Amino acid sequence: MSDSSSILGSTAAPDREAHLTPAANKLYGLMAEFESPAQIVAAAEKVRDAGYRWWDCHTPFPVHGLDQAMGIRATILPVLVFFGGLTGTIAALVLQIFTNAMSFDLWAIVWVRGYDYFISGKPMNSLPAFIPVTFELTVLLASLTVFFGLLLLNGLPRLYHPVFKSQRFARASDDRFFLVIEAKDPQFSRTKTEAMLQALKPLSIEALDS
Amino acid sequence: MSAPHALTPSDRRLGELGPMLVRLGLIVGAIGLGLSFIIAVMGHGDRFFKSYLVAFMVVLSIALGGLFFTILHHLVKAGWSVVVRRIAEGVASTLKYAWIFFIPILVGMLWFGLYDHWSDPTQHDEIVSGKAGYFFFTAPSIEDEGAMAWFWLLRVVIFFAVWAMLAKYFVNASIAQDTSGDVNISRALQKYAPVAMILYAMTQTFASFDWLMSLEPHWFSTMFPVYFFAASCTGFFSLLVLAMFFLHKKNKLTSELTTEHFQDVGKLLFAFGIVFWAYIAYSQYMLLWYANIPETSGWVITRQIHGWGWVSLLLLIGHFAGPFVILISRHMKRAKTILACAAGWMLLMHFIDIYWLTMPTIPYEIKEARNYSALIAATTNEDVGYGWHLLDLTCIVGLAGLLIAGTAKQLSQCALIPEKDPRLNESLAFQNV
Repeated sequence: MSDSSSILGSTAAPDREAHLTPAANKLYGLMAEFESPAQIVAAAEKVRDAGYRWWDCHTPFPVHGLDQAMGIRATILPVLVFFGGLTGTIAALVLQIFTNAMSFDLWAIVWVRGYDYFISGKPMNSLPAFIPVTFELTVLLASLTVFFGLLLLNGLPRLYHPVFKSQRFARASDDRFFLVIEAKDPQFSRTKTEAMLQALKPLSIEALDS
Repeated sequence: MSAPHALTPSDRRLGELGPMLVRLGLIVGAIGLGLSFIIAVMGHGDRFFKSYLVAFMVVLSIALGGLFFTILHHLVKAGWSVVVRRIAEGVASTLKYAWIFFIPILVGMLWFGLYDHWSDPTQHDEIVSGKAGYFFFTAPSIEDEGAMAWFWLLRVVIFFAVWAMLAKYFVNASIAQDTSGDVNISRALQKYAPVAMILYAMTQTFASFDWLMSLEPHWFSTMFPVYFFAASCTGFFSLLVLAMFFLHKKNKLTSELTTEHFQDVGKLLFAFGIVFWAYIAYSQYMLLWYANIPETSGWVITRQIHGWGWVSLLLLIGHFAGPFVILISRHMKRAKTILACAAGWMLLMHFIDIYWLTMPTIPYEIKEARNYSALIAATTNEDVGYGWHLLDLTCIVGLAGLLIAGTAKQLSQCALIPEKDPRLNESLAFQNV
């Protein structure tokens, strides 16, 4: 611990126990506060090895190596994006080939008919002419999948999170590093989890109401 | 953050590998070019100049890619690429000698009709005469039969002077920093990088007009220099991956060049060399295809008939679709061996790409076609260009050997990474989040 932080940290340290009052509401989880990236990475490794599943780290900036320390598995997002893009490709090709180069009836809620249209002496089914639309629609659907997939997989938009009740947590966007273990984790036990966090030597431990 | 990694510096010098590579490159170069010369003298003169032009443009495009990467690094004040910059500088430094290897093309231009249509435009049609000013400055009249294309020749001098100057400045300043550690050197390089980039872009643009596009006197495409630029990125980033892989194999820079750097160079190869290339190739193709004017679509038709259609398809699949699917994944770019295999393949594709740009010549009947059906009839002509020839191989092997020799010679004079670059630590600690 460096001296500069103790000026601010000294107010938080003595009332460490005061915040551990029995929760009137349902317990959301336990939050441990750390002072440096190295400490939170070391702590994350311990929590990961202890087998917790429902927990998260909050840092003021991306900490290199934290993903591995937390044991975060690869996201499924790329697969979703691939299929989003593929949908765009197929949709664009089907739409253009059907409307430009086919002349049969197709039921799509209402009956629609393709209309083969002769343009500048090119073959009806001219793939080069269809590429720009295909490219754009592929990119559009892939990027929309990224945008909405990222939001949904992260559980966003979210208007409320229990950590915001904590006064200390304001420093998560400044100079402190927080590790929160949720009560819904199967491994979670108020006493054992707290003891484990205590062993990691955090600046403070706080119980969060949901 | 101070010293994030307890880095144990690995071998940062080429050591005895340097002279070995120089010797090997020179021997291969001498054999390749010697054989080419012998075959050329034995009655394949016309073919020699075209094969040599392909080989020269392939090697030149790679060296120009190295120069581009070096300038870009300073232009955007890049941090991650400090550890790979020295290799780029090594490749770019060969531009100092590039003019020597242009001499055969000059000989071809002046005495052997390599750019036939421009040696005497008075003999040709209106389109060629109309463009003659680009070569002769003032279009020669019927009387000036032996007019020299002096404006074209003047540009040759300008191109090589600019490239040699840029390469010399950026490489030497970087090496000077190795001893002095002066941060002002980095500042100066950053200050001149925008000017250098503009000079590079202009010279590269007009060089590709002058030396490749002008092979077809009627055809034109304003997209062509961009295509050549994309191709040169393919060539250079492939070579960069292979060079990094080679250094790791020889136990050099093992702790400095990390998976992160491999992935990032892989990204550049993917973005510039595969996707951007395909984007430009298609953009050029679609406009020619859609307009369908005999003057411009002859170039495309020539590349679709008599076997060249297969080469075009090979480029579409082998230069874009296949590598796109393989390299799009982060895991593939982080797997060194897979990335190196892909880079080797892309280097081969780059050669075929330049070959495909240079070799086929538009059959005379296509040029003469007055309407679409005449154009179709003209494509039955057999005289499209050339099949494979031993000279294609000997020329590229010879010049590639010399490129390796030149790069190795430069790199044996200094450390393999800029050891006192102010951003070195940032680069060493670099991670893809």
